[in-house]
Amino acid sequence: MSEETTRLQVNPIACSGHGVCAELLPELITLDEWGYPVLAGDGTVPLWLMREARRAITDCPALALRLTSVPAVASGRGGLRESSEEPQRPGRAGAAKLGT
Amino acid sequence: MTSSTALWYASRATGVAALVLLTVVVVLGITASRRGRLPGLPRFATTSLHRSMSLLAVAFIAIHVVTAIADPYVTIGIAAAVIPFASPYKPLWLGLGAISFDMIVALIATSLARARIGRRTWRAVHWLAYACWPVAVLHSIGSSTDLRTGWLLILTICCCAAVLAAASWRIGTAITAPGRAQRPARALAAAELSTAIELSTADRDAADQWPDPRYRSGDHRLTGAGTR
Amino acid sequence: MSMLAARVFDQTRSQDGQPVSRRPIPAGESGLPRLLPPAAQLAAADPRRSLDFTAHLARHGLPRFRGAALIEQAGSAGLTGRGGAAFPVAIKLAAVAGAGRSAIVVGNAAEGEPASSKDAALLWFSPHLVLDGLQAAAEAVGARTAYLCLHAAGRQSGPDLAAHMRAALASRSAAGTGRTGVELVEAPPRFLAGEETALVAMINGGAARPRDKTRRVSERGVEGRPTLVQNVETLADLALIARHGAAWFRSVGTADEPGSMLCTVRDPGGRVRIVETALGTPLHRLVWLGDDVQALLVGGYHGGWLAASSARQLSLSNADLRPAGAMIGAGVLVALPAAYCGLAETARVARSLALESAGQCGPCFNGLPAIAAALAAIAEPRPARQELANLMRWAGLVAGRGACHHPDGTLRFVASALDVFAGEIAEHSRSRCTAMRSDQFLPLQAAALAESDWR
Repeated sequence: MSEETTRLQVNPIACSGHGVCAELLPELITLDEWGYPVLAGDGTVPLWLMREARRAITDCPALALRLTSVPAVASGRGGLRESSEEPQRPGRAGAAKLGT
Repeated sequence: MTSSTALWYASRATGVAALVLLTVVVVLGITASRRGRLPGLPRFATTSLHRSMSLLAVAFIAIHVVTAIADPYVTIGIAAAVIPFASPYKPLWLGLGAISFDMIVALIATSLARARIGRRTWRAVHWLAYACWPVAVLHSIGSSTDLRTGWLLILTICCCAAVLAAASWRIGTAITAPGRAQRPARALAAAELSTAIELSTADRDAADQWPDPRYRSGDHRLTGAGTR
Repeated sequence: MSMLAARVFDQTRSQDGQPVSRRPIPAGESGLPRLLPPAAQLAAADPRRSLDFTAHLARHGLPRFRGAALIEQAGSAGLTGRGGAAFPVAIKLAAVAGAGRSAIVVGNAAEGEPASSKDAALLWFSPHLVLDGLQAAAEAVGARTAYLCLHAAGRQSGPDLAAHMRAALASRSAAGTGRTGVELVEAPPRFLAGEETALVAMINGGAARPRDKTRRVSERGVEGRPTLVQNVETLADLALIARHGAAWFRSVGTADEPGSMLCTVRDPGGRVRIVETALGTPLHRLVWLGDDVQALLVGGYHGGWLAASSARQLSLSNADLRPAGAMIGAGVLVALPAAYCGLAETARVARSLALESAGQCGPCFNGLPAIAAALAAIAEPRPARQELANLMRWAGLVAGRGACHHPDGTLRFVASALDVFAGEIAEHSRSRCTAMRSDQFLPLQAAALAESDWR
């Protein structure tokens, strides 16, 4: 059984740090110190915030927000979704500190 | 007052209102693109007001056009609303109005369908706004003598001043803005400056090169230098 | 050009020149070298000999597998990309072939990485293998046009690589091979120029900056057509698989990571060599890891540092390297002598990487410079706890928020330095530095100053 989760995604190239999204959807979006949006968690939008999310998407002056549907099954390296690999850094102090 | 006069007054009044609204729309649009804020209002208010004002302006223009056509005093064909220079009465000035109206329709239509047509197409069409507003002003000045005297003249001058100020601000920031190629270098200069300030406030000289030769460790261990 | 030849050798020789393996290597069979010419030819000859198409055919023979059969062979062989991402080639080929429209193939020799020169060496010494691979890939995905992207006057100072490739193409058309037209494209010497979407954008006429990854190049790439982008070493491997098959490819390397690869090795003396070696080879066989080496950089500037003590136990395989926090990447191995300060080296590279940002994504072109400045402060022999804390915070802010993997790769490099050189950080906080040299060991690239540097 695979459900679909709706996720908010920022197009980082289009985004120019207007900050409108963070005002309209403060539950999911905060701004970093340079004015660019940080999504809470993985950007999953709960049903009760869908309306606000859609408003944030249409109101973004740079059209940098979009909604994607991702199957809830954990995605491995299938298909061409992952185009490069990131090495795992389990248990090393550096990784824990940097949170990557 | 005859119905003709009522229609004529309505047309002139809504025309002036539309001009003011269009001025507000242009200034808000420029403010939004420069990431500016209206004092006391959140950021989304700029884009929201820009959108609402433009729709309101369309409403006023619609009444303006309808009343002008319906007014039997002068003959303006229906087609003249959208086809430039098709009006028998003052074809040049009303033609400019038609051009401006066409552009507004294009601007709003593309904005409503923005998600579907994509960012680049939308932006390309939206540049028309800089042409649309002056054409509307010319139409206003030429179509009737209203704006050439009295407080309506002052109003017109204020509108022009507002848009000129906003436009020069826009051009100014666009000229001085760093291109993408310079952005990392600028951010690096700023970051190094703030680090240097921290260094100096921590009561040490900012070293120009590393490692600083003054601070060598006493024994020159070569094996696994400094690793755990 | 003979200088280039002297810098290339195969893995059958150890550091002091004694042969390691006594088994004779039959030409064209499962021994090494495969991609590069035999050692004897390399030591003496100049790259112009590699232009001889007849000699190339005499050594390698003619391809046996074509089209869908080749894709199948590539799948059984387990061939993965040799440009750093190690993505399974057969999956990419199938995706582009199945896209339904006429496709385009792009050979990527735009290494971008200052510490890597294996692609240039491959083009110098085995141009026909690469062009064969381009041809084979084009046939497999149904492409009529192919592009080869390279840095013309890159880190290899000297003769023009583009002219060399044009000569290779000319000798092929004289022999009447290949229906696929190959166009040479010169990429700017930017770190990100070799990124898939950046390459496609450049061929389409724009700047060599990465673009939105959700628009997949395998569906819409050059001219809006399905595009296959492969590293030139991968293409050369494909050309060999087309001749000898999957089993032959798997005869060297490990079961999970089959085949051979080219590595750019920089030893503690600063000498650069290109080594062709089987995957799974112990690292100490490839690069000098004696007592005078403090750390090994694996995978380039988006890779990771390993302490010399760990590196001595590990081999060239992701199975070994990933648990240690590194990965093979594009096969760059740099041995850092103990006389240098690892933090200072990393700091200067981090600064260079920050300047190599495409300037498109806020978190990257703001965050990487901030991190580089903090690292520079940490690299000075003075207490820098505030800068370290700032660095951690910014690293968390930057990870995963760019359009490409530049911020993530740079973070990986910086994080591994903070791990491996933790002792050095402790020394610096006591206002001491164990290094004896202050010149730069790791190569840096010239900064991009203007928009034209991206085209």
